[in-house]
Amino acid sequence: MFESLSTRLQDVFKSLRGQGRLTPENIEAALREIRLALLEADVNFKVVKAFIDRVRDRAMEQDVLQSLSPSQQVVRIVRDEMLALFGDAQGGLADTTKRPRVILLLGLQGAGKTTTAGKLAKWLAKQGRHPLLVSTDVKRPAAIQQLNLVAEKADVRVHDPAGQLDPVARAKGALLEATNKGFDVVIVDSAGRLHIDDELMTELAAIKAVTDPSDLLYVADAMTGQDAIKSAGEFNRRVGVTGVVLTKLDGDARGGAALSVVSVVGVPIAFAGSGERLEDLEPFHPERVVSRVLGMGDMLSLIERAEAAIDQDGAARLEEKIRSNEFTLEDFRDQLKTIRKMGPIEQIIGMIPGMSSVKGLAENKPDEKQISRVEAIIGSMTAEERRKQHIINGSRRKRIAKGSGTSVEEVNRLLKQFVQMQKMLKSLGGMAGMAGGGKKARRQAMQMLRDRH
Amino acid sequence: MGVFGRIRESLSRTKQQIVERFDEIVSLADEPERRTRAVDVDTIEALEELLISADIGLSATDRIIAAVKGRTRSGESLRDLVKQEIRRIFDSVDGPVAVPAPPQVTLIVGVNGTGKTTTVGKLANVLRAEGRRPLICAADTFRAAAVEQLEIWATRAGVEMVRAREGADPAAVVFDAISSAKAKGRDPVLVDTAGRLHTRVNLMNELDKIRRVAAREVAGAPHEVLLVLDATVGQNGLTQAREFTNVAGVNGIVLTKLDGTAKGGIAVAIANDLKLPIRWVGVGEGIEDLVRFSAEEYVDGLFEEKW
Ligand SMILES: Nc1nc2c(ncn2[C@@H]2O[C@H](COP(=O)(O)OP(=O)(O)OP(=O)(O)O)[C@@H](O)[C@H]2O)c(=O)[nH]1
Ligand SMILES: Nc1nc2c(ncn2[C@@H]2O[C@H](COP(=O)(O)OP(=O)(O)OP(=O)(O)O)[C@@H](O)[C@H]2O)c(=O)[nH]1
Ligand SMILES: [Mg+2]
Ligand SMILES: [Mg+2]
Repeated sequence: MFESLSTRLQDVFKSLRGQGRLTPENIEAALREIRLALLEADVNFKVVKAFIDRVRDRAMEQDVLQSLSPSQQVVRIVRDEMLALFGDAQGGLADTTKRPRVILLLGLQGAGKTTTAGKLAKWLAKQGRHPLLVSTDVKRPAAIQQLNLVAEKADVRVHDPAGQLDPVARAKGALLEATNKGFDVVIVDSAGRLHIDDELMTELAAIKAVTDPSDLLYVADAMTGQDAIKSAGEFNRRVGVTGVVLTKLDGDARGGAALSVVSVVGVPIAFAGSGERLEDLEPFHPERVVSRVLGMGDMLSLIERAEAAIDQDGAARLEEKIRSNEFTLEDFRDQLKTIRKMGPIEQIIGMIPGMSSVKGLAENKPDEKQISRVEAIIGSMTAEERRKQHIINGSRRKRIAKGSGTSVEEVNRLLKQFVQMQKMLKSLGGMAGMAGGGKKARRQAMQMLRDRH
Repeated sequence: MGVFGRIRESLSRTKQQIVERFDEIVSLADEPERRTRAVDVDTIEALEELLISADIGLSATDRIIAAVKGRTRSGESLRDLVKQEIRRIFDSVDGPVAVPAPPQVTLIVGVNGTGKTTTVGKLANVLRAEGRRPLICAADTFRAAAVEQLEIWATRAGVEMVRAREGADPAAVVFDAISSAKAKGRDPVLVDTAGRLHTRVNLMNELDKIRRVAAREVAGAPHEVLLVLDATVGQNGLTQAREFTNVAGVNGIVLTKLDGTAKGGIAVAIANDLKLPIRWVGVGEGIEDLVRFSAEEYVDGLFEEKW
């Protein structure tokens, strides 16, 4: 449904191929596309406005106006500016020498606080720390029980005195138990609450006062829309927030809320949650979310791996073929070989922008065995068939199936998928421009991504 | 204030910036001497921004803007034109579902943490108060303490709950619940399902399986499939609605957490693009905090002057 920003820009700039230079009018057209893309990604409209102004200033500079690849240049400016917003914040927890240190999780209802508490405990335990968990949620039905079960799964201890139903006392008790028994981290889970709920915000401030946390992590759902800055801002104002945990990034939300919260509320993103399992938590990488917002997949990792696996001249030739729509089954087979060199196929697919939305791919994620079968099918074709797949009629299909030890259905499926792929590659021209646009473009792209590391 | 007015109440609880901003935007354009002119560009732009800030999304916003832009008015207020167009969007979706022969089967579906379990509890309560005899089915066999949570809601609502046999799969629990409803004359069966992202194919297929089991047991089941959307959700809400509709046959929306500052504008986009009606609105964490959706009240709550 979404187009990547680079595809959108490609379309804008297509009209001026041959003119060689950008005009201020072209730039305005591009800025309009950027604006739409960001709004669709849930970046707050105020942030979008300020952002567009900054991009406009930079895009008007001479070297951009005269550039031969303006869409790449503009995408690059957009990326740069976005990454600049995230600053050099490294993610993870604050430095502190306090023992026990306290991490307080807070946020709106259903954002993922309790789950994140378990994930953090596991993450810390893995690093040799001794976390103690405590729930202060006496409100949601079975909330304490939920944390107990999560803790059990994470194989960490909880502080849960039977009958103690005062949130502040529970937090205080956990701190005491930790001090007495030598736990070095206390993770405090809190009830979900609305930022406009005065009473509960006061309660949260009280929990903070008795535990003196080194980290106040605001847990935010990556699917949140324009309201994100209001709620995060209010939690920050009333209680204080030192970092954000962005959850549910395993979905296909663009996560523009992250950009908004960071730029308006001014707190960094500490962790990213990407699943319901306890392992699904990692320190935040700004460039991943930027790629997401721009609809570019995880380009950094992809480019790095591709660099390692692809022979550069071959890539340039392939790029040309994709552009001119001459991508054949033969090329496809070569690509499969290259891809195998890049790592587990599931991972690779996930990094390619747009790939996750290709119908059919998600249901039958190709595995290594399937790739071997595909290779066998293509191997049983004649050279001519590989170049012109449209000549492969019924009897040829039978022959190919027999030769490769597969079935006619499989051959049919492959041919169908290949046609789909050709179409997709064509529409991904923009991405190819970034990732595989000859040596120079690639070097530029890599450089620009590395600059930010 | 009663049940009606609660949508309005929750929408305006915070001395809404949106309401105030809307007042500001339209007030000039609605001065008597300007009401016969086209709305000026700045006003249009401000209006567009306002709609976007309510998560209404680009395509529905474009439609609303198109209805007022460049239009020579003959005395109508801009306020009314905007409200009217949003009303039209809601009016174009289908009306209430027919009540089938018992037991009616209602599935509650959605992504993680939107308020499904809470909604099942509240819904059981409303329906029971209206004289029906609901049965709750705990088909979230995945999330920690999900069944315990629902059990507390069932007790609060004063209805029975059917839970999973140890290690059973969700479709099997649905089967048990339907059998039990038939035997005991319960209606409707309200099925709480585990939160799942629409991108998780296996989990989505599980919903399809639940549907098939229900259909085998009761003609036309599931009669109602409600997608629970969190009012804070952004543009991904539209994708959620599309995917859940494709796989699980969603035929209605529940918009929860409208008591916050988010306005759930994506529901306007969903009505516009997918023609899915909003059925219920969640306005708090208490058992009484669920009301039937009213387009009129919703639109008034979004944009009403003073009331
Ligand atoms: N897919 C996915 N689901 C998540 C993630 N984090 C949490 N969840 C799910 O989101 C739902 C809500 O998570 P909880 O941890 O209960 O959220 P909470 O913030 O504690 O909720 P309240 O205490 O009610 O405010 C559960 O179904 C979790 O399994 C994530 O990163 N990805
Ligand atoms: N303020 C407010 N909170 C709500 C509303 N509906 C649900 N909640 C809260 O949202 C949180 C999540 O609700 P659940 O009912 O557990 O959500 P769920 O969709 O069943 O979650 P999973 O099963 O984990 O996917 C809880 O803290 C609820 O109390 C509402 O209308 N308003
Ligand atoms: Mg919780
Ligand atoms: Mg639930």
